[in-house]
Amino acid sequence: MLEIGLGHYLTVAAILFTLGVFGIFLNQKNVIIILMSIELMLLAVNINLVAFSTHLQDLVGQVFALFVLTVAAAEAAIGLAVLVVYFRNRGTIAVQDINQMRG
Amino acid sequence: MVLQALAFYFFAGIVIASAVMVISARNPVHSVLFLILAFFNSAGLFVLQGAELLAMTLVIVYVGAVAVLFLFVVMMLDINFTELRQGFRDNLHWGIAVGLLLIVELVIFLASWQFSGAIEETVVAKQPPVESGITNAEALGQIIYTKYVYFFQAAGIVLLIAMIGAIVLTLRQREGVKKQNIGAQVNRSVKESVELVDIKPGQGL
Amino acid sequence: MYSAIVFLPLAGAIIAGFFGRALGPRGSEVVTSGFLIISAILACIAFTQGGGTQVVTVLPWMESGSFAVDWSLRIDALTRVMLVVVTVVSSVVHVYSIGYMSHDPHRPRFFAYLSLFTFAMLMLVTADNFLQLFFGWEGVGLASYLLIGFWYKKPSANAAAIKAFIVNRVGDFGFALGIMATFFVFDTVDFTSVFQAVPSKADDTFFFLGFEVHVMTTICLLLFMGAMGKSAQFFLHTWLPDAMEGPTPVSALIHAATMVTAGVFLVCRCSPMFEYAPGALAVVTVIGATTAFFAATIGLFQNDIKRVIAYSTCSQLGYMFFAAGVSAYGAAMFHLFTHAFFKALLFLGAGSVIHAMSDEQDMRKMGGLQTMLPITWSFMVVGTLALTGVGIPFTSIGFAGFASKDAVIELAYAAGTSVGMYAFVMGVVAALMTSFYSWRLIFMTFHGPHRASNEVIKKVHESGNVMLIPLVVLVAGSIVAGAFFKDFFIGSKSDSFWGEAIYVADHGAHAKYDHAAIDHDAHGSDTAEHAAADEHGTAVDTHTDSHAEDAGHGGGHGHHPPDWVVLMPVLVTVLGFAIAWYFYISRPDLPPKIAARRNPIYLFLYNKWYFDELYDFIFVRPARWLGRMLWKQGDGWFIDGFGPDGVSARVLDTTKRVIQLQTGYIYHYAFAMLIGVAILTTVFAVRAF
Repeated sequence: MLEIGLGHYLTVAAILFTLGVFGIFLNQKNVIIILMSIELMLLAVNINLVAFSTHLQDLVGQVFALFVLTVAAAEAAIGLAVLVVYFRNRGTIAVQDINQMRG
Repeated sequence: MVLQALAFYFFAGIVIASAVMVISARNPVHSVLFLILAFFNSAGLFVLQGAELLAMTLVIVYVGAVAVLFLFVVMMLDINFTELRQGFRDNLHWGIAVGLLLIVELVIFLASWQFSGAIEETVVAKQPPVESGITNAEALGQIIYTKYVYFFQAAGIVLLIAMIGAIVLTLRQREGVKKQNIGAQVNRSVKESVELVDIKPGQGL
Repeated sequence: MYSAIVFLPLAGAIIAGFFGRALGPRGSEVVTSGFLIISAILACIAFTQGGGTQVVTVLPWMESGSFAVDWSLRIDALTRVMLVVVTVVSSVVHVYSIGYMSHDPHRPRFFAYLSLFTFAMLMLVTADNFLQLFFGWEGVGLASYLLIGFWYKKPSANAAAIKAFIVNRVGDFGFALGIMATFFVFDTVDFTSVFQAVPSKADDTFFFLGFEVHVMTTICLLLFMGAMGKSAQFFLHTWLPDAMEGPTPVSALIHAATMVTAGVFLVCRCSPMFEYAPGALAVVTVIGATTAFFAATIGLFQNDIKRVIAYSTCSQLGYMFFAAGVSAYGAAMFHLFTHAFFKALLFLGAGSVIHAMSDEQDMRKMGGLQTMLPITWSFMVVGTLALTGVGIPFTSIGFAGFASKDAVIELAYAAGTSVGMYAFVMGVVAALMTSFYSWRLIFMTFHGPHRASNEVIKKVHESGNVMLIPLVVLVAGSIVAGAFFKDFFIGSKSDSFWGEAIYVADHGAHAKYDHAAIDHDAHGSDTAEHAAADEHGTAVDTHTDSHAEDAGHGGGHGHHPPDWVVLMPVLVTVLGFAIAWYFYISRPDLPPKIAARRNPIYLFLYNKWYFDELYDFIFVRPARWLGRMLWKQGDGWFIDGFGPDGVSARVLDTTKRVIQLQTGYIYHYAFAMLIGVAILTTVFAVRAF
């Protein structure tokens, strides 16, 4: 219990990831929360990577986590930009209203 | 050891709690703030694992940029957030059932994770021992700028494109704003700019 | 040379068919007719040269296990006769058609079909095996279909074409079964091998539904079924009169002179098989005799000039069949040979009349044409004289039909069997009726008052030379073919003439024709047949034995038919003429009265024994009902319902539901993702423990 190992970190990451998925489908209307949930999921991935990196004494995991951070930042920027444009055009960001591309 | 364990449970608990708050808070501003809290504490978890560089990056990039960006957008857009909260409860029971199942299974598995012995041999970039005095940031830099330089550059390009994309998306051409169009000015020719009219004496134009 | 005879018409058909547009009508006519005439000349040369059986292999066709078939031409006396008949009549018809079809815009197509037909017919008669025979058989069927339906804008022509095709299918089904049975029993379809092997299988039987059935009888009956269909015999005759919807030259070529005789040819060709199936021969005789009688009765009251001749054809084919049925294959072929000439002549003459009458075919609207169409009249009279078999008894002087038809009737009597007797009686009665309806045709068409409208009468004109000159060939044939070739076909020289082409077993009701005691010493020449059989290693008897037996057999019946038998056909012919004269020349007011009284017998005959109605009731309507049910219930409800339509409907249903899954809402996808991860983890968990 007091010996903190790989399993503990993986458990935290798993819970965090599940919460992220939860956030996506529980928030049926708010796109911003969905974006934040995605950030949570990416964070969970990063925790996984770092945990394995530490456990194996291999730096590559941290390098990978760094790139994941980069991409996550880019994704957040683009996502928010799209959101802003969308709000400007439609006056709402409710998920239900984003259905123009539905067949 | 005990201190380390206590620190882990402290950080992990706060991360999970704030994650729960992120997805369940009524006010999105609170959500963003809880997200920042979650990032801070996962940075703490990173530090516990000796990944200082990542921890700092997380704080700088996420807390300093991304989360602020979120906050900015949330506060800038004039949205009736109470309306957006509706429907939250609709799928809750199903979601909680499936989610709990998933969490239980993941915990059971990951908590008892064991590598087979041979996996140690696949290590690509050995982490330098603490005694060598090489910091985590230095060790990472040594492989990022050498072995993974192309990936590093690619990541830079991704960020650049994201930046350009964000600007292009949000840039707005307002109607009726007088602006100087240098291209049009340079492209003008005499023919279309000046008209010579031969006016005979005694006549008007 | 034989290859040239067979393949020149094919070349003509290909050139006219595919390049007719470029050649133009005139070019197509010249090419096809030219090739056909060359072919006919070569065929005549081959006929006069004679020679035994030759086999010309063209190329191998297929080989599968023990089943090997070649394209090869088997040339023997039978084939030579048929070659002459087919090519001569065909070339005559080609030339005649140049005039007859001169107003038709589709002449290249017409001539291509004609040549194609000729090729298929030649393929049929030169076949060296059953399969090739079947190829030609179906080829002529196809050409017949195309030509009957040549005026495809006429619904009745299309219906007639389809009817001819379908009725022939019935026969061809039996024929195909016969070929399969032949292969099954003999393990080959090659004529030579099959005929060699026949005696060894002569007494074989097999069990079918608990009955012991004679193998050879079965095969022969199946083959005869094909012959019945093609030759329009009783029960399968209904297509022939309707086939008159085609252009008249086609009727002359296909539905009188050549194709319909294919059945007779088949029976003669397979004589070595039929000889070992006495039961089948009896069936052939009965069907032939019945057809001869039945078709003649219908011919009595028909008013369409072409239909009268069509029923006459049907009736004459019956003669040929019962001749073959009493083992008088030579007589059957002889009648086929002469019949080709005078029936083609009659048809072409009728075509000439129709042409002159502005496409009027109803005899009730003709009459009095003798003065206006003297040449056609004289040709038609010659044809009628030949058909009715006018000649002087006890001599060989007479028209073609006299030599052949009377010989057939006498041979039927000479057979001495009960079926032979039946055939004899039917043949004589049919001869009476033949005489009546033939003269009725002449009288109604050419004599008496004009019954056509004045406009039509004004336009009546004798056909051009291009139509009349070909007829001269046929006229010559109708007059002299009988007397001239009699010796070869059925007389003293017949044995050397036929060689091994025709086989007559001794145990059958073998009767040799000895009309007027020309040379009744000719039994010795029987030996030629047996020599041929010997070569095959299948001889039943030695020469002397056969001679003795033959003599012993023949003593009781046949070689010298009683005088009254010889006189009979001629007498009934005269009688028929007299009746026709009475009804249509002396008392022309009688026939309309008889028709007006609607006598049941008259109606029965006028409506062709109600065969079409009967078939309509028995076959067509149930078939239509069945087809409709299969269409609506089987195809529409079951196959479509559970097949394409059902599947597509289910796909639509499914996709409608799947579309509902595709809400477009990200949280639904996220939920699906969560469930997926949960399932994967669960599976992983279950496997781990």
